[in-house]
Amino acid sequence: MPYLGSEDEVKELKKALCNPHIQADRLRYRNVIQRVIRHMTQGSDMSGVFMEMVKASATIDIVQKKLVYLYMCTYAPLKPDLALLAINTLCKDCSDPNPMVRGLALRSMCSLRMSKLDQWGQAEVLNFLLRYQPRSEEELFDILNLLDSFLKSSSPGVVMGATKLFLILAKNFPHVQTDVLMQVKGTLLAACSSESRELCFAALCHVRQVLHSLPGHFSSHYKKFFCSYSEPHYIKLQKVEVLCELVNDENVQQVLEELRGYCTDVSADFAQAAIFAIGSIARTYTDQCVQILTELLGLRQEHITTVVVQTFRDLVWLCPQCTEAVCQALPGCEESIQDSEGKQALIWLLGVHGKRIPNAPYVLEDFVENVKSETFPAVKMELLTALLRLFLSRPAECQDMLGRLLYYCIEEEKDMAVRDRGLFYYRLLLAGIDEVKRILRSPQSDPSLRLLEDQAERPVNSWASDFNTLVPVYGKARWATISKCQRVERHGPELPNTASFATSGPLIPEENKERVQELPDSRALMLVPNHQLTAECFEKTWLSLKVAHQQVFPWQGAVHPDTLQMALQVVNIQTIAMNRAGAQPWKAYLSAQDDTGCLFLTELLLEPENLQMQISVKQNKARTETLNSFISVLETVIGTIGDIKS
Amino acid sequence: MISQFFILSSKGDPLIYKDFRGDSGGRDVAELFYRKLTGLPGDESPVVMVTTGGGGHHDDRHFIHIRHSGLYLVATTSENISPFSLLELLSRLATLLGDYCGSLGEATISRNVALVYELLDEVLDYGYVQTTSTEMLRNFIQTEAVVSKPFSLFDLSSVGLFGAETQQSKVAPSSAASRPVLSSRSDQSQKNEVFLDVVERLSVLIASNGSLLKVDVQGEIRLKSFLPSGSEMRIGLTEEFCVGKSELRGYGPGIRVDEVSFHSSVHLDEFESHRILRLQPPHGELTVMRYQLSDDLPSPLPFRLFPSVHWDRGSGRLQVYLKLRCDLPPKSQALNVRLHLPLPRGVVSLSQELSSPEQKAELGEGALRWDLPRVQGGSQLSGLFQMDVPGLPGPPGQGPSTSAPPLGLGPASLSFELPRHTCSGLQVRFLRLAFRPCGNANPHKWVRHLSHSDAYVIRI
Repeated sequence: MPYLGSEDEVKELKKALCNPHIQADRLRYRNVIQRVIRHMTQGSDMSGVFMEMVKASATIDIVQKKLVYLYMCTYAPLKPDLALLAINTLCKDCSDPNPMVRGLALRSMCSLRMSKLDQWGQAEVLNFLLRYQPRSEEELFDILNLLDSFLKSSSPGVVMGATKLFLILAKNFPHVQTDVLMQVKGTLLAACSSESRELCFAALCHVRQVLHSLPGHFSSHYKKFFCSYSEPHYIKLQKVEVLCELVNDENVQQVLEELRGYCTDVSADFAQAAIFAIGSIARTYTDQCVQILTELLGLRQEHITTVVVQTFRDLVWLCPQCTEAVCQALPGCEESIQDSEGKQALIWLLGVHGKRIPNAPYVLEDFVENVKSETFPAVKMELLTALLRLFLSRPAECQDMLGRLLYYCIEEEKDMAVRDRGLFYYRLLLAGIDEVKRILRSPQSDPSLRLLEDQAERPVNSWASDFNTLVPVYGKARWATISKCQRVERHGPELPNTASFATSGPLIPEENKERVQELPDSRALMLVPNHQLTAECFEKTWLSLKVAHQQVFPWQGAVHPDTLQMALQVVNIQTIAMNRAGAQPWKAYLSAQDDTGCLFLTELLLEPENLQMQISVKQNKARTETLNSFISVLETVIGTIGDIKS
Repeated sequence: MISQFFILSSKGDPLIYKDFRGDSGGRDVAELFYRKLTGLPGDESPVVMVTTGGGGHHDDRHFIHIRHSGLYLVATTSENISPFSLLELLSRLATLLGDYCGSLGEATISRNVALVYELLDEVLDYGYVQTTSTEMLRNFIQTEAVVSKPFSLFDLSSVGLFGAETQQSKVAPSSAASRPVLSSRSDQSQKNEVFLDVVERLSVLIASNGSLLKVDVQGEIRLKSFLPSGSEMRIGLTEEFCVGKSELRGYGPGIRVDEVSFHSSVHLDEFESHRILRLQPPHGELTVMRYQLSDDLPSPLPFRLFPSVHWDRGSGRLQVYLKLRCDLPPKSQALNVRLHLPLPRGVVSLSQELSSPEQKAELGEGALRWDLPRVQGGSQLSGLFQMDVPGLPGPPGQGPSTSAPPLGLGPASLSFELPRHTCSGLQVRFLRLAFRPCGNANPHKWVRHLSHSDAYVIRI
């Protein structure tokens, strides 16, 4: 904010600068200019005399010239249009015979900073700066300070570009990253309630990304993520996901109440998404959620009941303390479940926890009665297991129908898998009831699974390079499968030291960099030709090692094993075993060895319906650099073969 | 950096197609995009989509689009670029096309194909943005917009808002505001006009006991200027206007908002002292200021709903009595009010008693729709609806009750427009133009205020 009390001063100085008598007297003229500079240094707004100062620059007095240039460099950003007038003088000075004048003019011209870049230019420059690696910590913070104003730009594109740059530059300073995310919270929230649905969607995807690392970041703003009736489906689904992730002790009541409202939405998809969301909140706030879910069963609506039962199944597995409540809620559900998923969930629950559900045998009996008309083989399999389990705890009520079911499955069933399962249980029963108990009485819950599943609080650095790109908008999983262009993913969670790869190295053009990544570094990896490993040896080593890396490559169409084998041979990868073409799922086992004796054992798994090839690599010496090179070799081969096929 | 840009009509007909880099397929991408869009499963977002080409690695293409005025504006790119910048660019393009063609729509675009191509040529070069400033572009654009009918001052009687896209798009675009920024030099003199709109979107959530759970106001001051470029204008806002929770101004309650952002061309030197925004608006549309306000509204909410539900479980008869009170000042009114109430599944019949004849109520898509074309401030309207819901089970664990609403009923949501009313209380005090003795008649200034509902939800 300029200091406002100096208006008279400015007027007086302006008059003095225009006075031809003063202009004629070199010393007096210089004095007036010095006064302007003094006021400027004190913080007064002297931009009012810009015109007069520009005129004063046309002088042979070097001291005066220097003073005027100092003034111009300070005020040029405020008066960009007037600064253009000074350019003329500066250009003339550049051809002055005096080298000092030339140098001065050039330096001043370079420091005339005009905020000429529009928002598109700014976004481009911010993106370009991602390639720069600061040489020292001091330089890093200088850059951050310079760019701070872009975090407050009115254009979301610029703000997000700046945010990404900050996150990546400050990768070793988590508190700076948190500060930055704090600063742009307002912009993200505003974009989330933007009138443009599309912008809103992109912002929501990024909010989810931020929540992965800072779960409490948006908790106090939970109301912003309530859905409104008129919003399109894809925004509602994102908002529900966000609500699940930001729930905490203070807002859980309100969030659950809101979600409950969505469960009866006209759109079945949205209603089901809301129920699953309540289910995932139930892992932390079990009692409240189970109560809501139980109430929903009272609606007796097919699409609701089936999802609630599936949610219950997952819940008792993760949170055994809610088993009692779930068991009480189950009776009656069977009447309004028609689909395979729902039936499987219900039957599983009745089998595992049937001891506590009085009418469990009779519900299963209904299923057994109607097994002939059951269309889903998966339901029949589930029914076999459930009934056998229930037989162990309530033999008297189950024995008869178990016999009937086994008879049906063995004698009449057409589906081979179901028949085999039936035969297996039959033989198991012949081996004695103790043997059955030993095999079927598996644990009824496993709360530890939750820890694996949640993977709470991923570091900001794990996604910083994806911020403000299409990755969060597609979702990480979809991105991995659709993006063929994507080179080897070097920043998996197990390889944190290479996370900065994409931004390191001073200013390598993007295309070249990709090529650099693509080429296997010959110093790091040299696969030995004619490496031979027997199948037995492979199997032994394979079983003894852990998977060092797992990744998915996009793949279309069928596999031609011969072509693939030949291609792999070219890069010195030996094929140990391979399915014939057309097998589903299709698998192959590969082996290779580098010059240091490190073995790379690989499994390829192709599931045609997913359009992707999953690779799992094991290594007998843990060395990430060579592993990465090996994977990029493998990807090049698979990518090439995949292209020829499709 | 974008590879292609095209505009499709709502039916998928390509209206405009431009390839900037020649690095990708061909024209059939437009058709491909539409096929993908219509074939999308319900749970997938249409914002970005991908196609994998048959050829080499670099044939992957991302489609990113916005929907605007019933058109699809689509950009394709093969890079993993910033979605924010690209979506912003598409919105900006929509505004620009609207500025230059008068309004954005299927008809105007197809009438002005040459102009649109000319604009695209100047805005994007080899897929990179050159400039999107209306002012800069005016120097390069030669084609004149083809307008469907000549502009006449009589149209001003029905001046609507140019920018506000309400849910039903019921605010008819004003023909005065929807004319191209660039038009033949001959009648330049009569087009000295400027439109200033304060538009607020209101989203509200009210609990079943009547307590307010959430209020959110998103406001914008939008300007559409047809003045000669470079003329300065000053916009005076309500003096009590303050930003943030701590600031207090004057005595009285003050007009408070939580956050404000301004367009980069706005000078704020008089804002602190007098709440005056100074700017030299370029031709065309511009969002001068955006602000938001949560939780703490200075005036009462425009509507309160008092529902009472009687439900006889035995006979399956559901009776809903809705009383709607409008708490606006008596001189104001709400237009196009519509109440939407989702009903339990299986509702078969409806009988209604409405408090005035101009209202209408009907069943559709599992919900009750109650239309009230006009509601005067301070008035109270009511409707009694009786429905038959055979075979609906009650909430579990309770006997037959007549007060607990059946599951699946509600929440009610209202949509409406409030002309000449802002929920935050923000008003434009004055709009002054720097005096320019050009011989022109005094410029016309139009200042309008409007609030409309974004989501106004009342739990039952």
